[in-house]
Amino acid sequence: MTAAISATALTRRYRDQVALDDVSFELPTGSITGLLGRNGAGKTTLLRILAGQEFPSAGSVRVLGEPPADNERVLSRMVFVREDQAYPDIKVRHALRAASWFYPNWDAGLAETLAADFNLRPNKAIKKLSRGLRSALGITIGLAARAEVTLFDEPYAGLDAVARQIFYDRLLAEYGEHPRTILLSTHLIDEAAALFESVVVIDQGRIVLEAAADGLRGVASTVSGPLLAVDEFTAGRPVWARRRLGSQASVVTVGPLAEADRARARALGLDLVPLTLQQLVVQAAGWPGLAGAAEHPEGVSA
Amino acid sequence: MAEMAGLDEGTPLFTQVADRLAAEIADGGLAEGERVPSTNELAAFYRINPATAARGINLLADDGLLEKRRGIGMFVAAGARSRLLGQRRQQFAERYVRPMLTEAGRLGLGRGELFGLIQDEQGRQDARDSRDSRDSRDSQDRGEPEPSDLRGGVPV
Repeated sequence: MTAAISATALTRRYRDQVALDDVSFELPTGSITGLLGRNGAGKTTLLRILAGQEFPSAGSVRVLGEPPADNERVLSRMVFVREDQAYPDIKVRHALRAASWFYPNWDAGLAETLAADFNLRPNKAIKKLSRGLRSALGITIGLAARAEVTLFDEPYAGLDAVARQIFYDRLLAEYGEHPRTILLSTHLIDEAAALFESVVVIDQGRIVLEAAADGLRGVASTVSGPLLAVDEFTAGRPVWARRRLGSQASVVTVGPLAEADRARARALGLDLVPLTLQQLVVQAAGWPGLAGAAEHPEGVSA
Repeated sequence: MAEMAGLDEGTPLFTQVADRLAAEIADGGLAEGERVPSTNELAAFYRINPATAARGINLLADDGLLEKRRGIGMFVAAGARSRLLGQRRQQFAERYVRPMLTEAGRLGLGRGELFGLIQDEQGRQDARDSRDSRDSRDSQDRGEPEPSDLRGGVPV
């Protein structure tokens, strides 16, 4: 499969700070990837470089086979929706019209439907929109552009849970009908987790985990109960975090659990709770064994 | 969000999708020769990535439970239901009958006593079932609420 996006040894320094440190990855054509990490981890810097809006200090990036910066052939086939996107002082319908000129695959009908879904009124001035509605405008443009490469950087500031669900549902429906390469950065990891085919987790400018999202489910679990029983259950298993309170203990164990393991945990009176993707990401930075335990995605390679 | 469609956190989504489809075939909800939902339909329903849904479908296709008809979609293969029911019978033996025999051995129950217990339990269940169906028939005939509804409103 051809890579829609490939980054090789990307490094970005700002004065004394390293925002991206030797980042390499490839995204296959036709996939939804989650770009995950804490605030300040380097997600926005990475997306800006992919969108050609910023230059790396070292390394290179190819989008649709070419360097994106100042490259009209690539930029017209790519849409980048930023968190808190700034707009000129125009009305919603003017912004949609301008987008229709820029993106060759623009679907005006879809833009209209999405705007209606989000209660985004065409004649409203953008500067009078709430934060959430400005996000809705960005999402509308991002999806209606039907661009081969679609980059979303935390696109839903100010959107409530209902509006975010509309976004997820529309994203899946659109992607199903018109597959494209989507990279979505988010800190609302658990609610978006099932959208992703694969995830790239960055921390302090470095990739700490790259895996098929589905393969991360059940890859680690919290075992809790009486200390002795927890120790008995986790003996010989890789253990990450361990907490103890009196005679009770709670331990994160890595590796999938078979039905026999679950039965044993029940017999020992232990609680077994699988870690969510969000909990995994929180711990991924200090957890070198995780990448090996997770199934590696097809087509995504470091 | 996948949790909203009842999928659980601990196991890969694609195996859960496959399990759901297999259960529907075994229960007869999806008949042999019937078209199964498309990848996109499953993705929209479960709110999951279409590639994940496709993997679930492929798992069943690799097993020969589904068959692809070019350009139309995936269909339940002939003989899929009886194969799934056979698998379930085997699972039933492993999950229920085997532990039951182990426990019976521990309690020193002989074969006759064990069969007797099963027959007693079956008899109780039959009686319950026929009472339930009679009650619901009666209340339908008389157009009255079921006794349980009346009890529900009275503090005990």
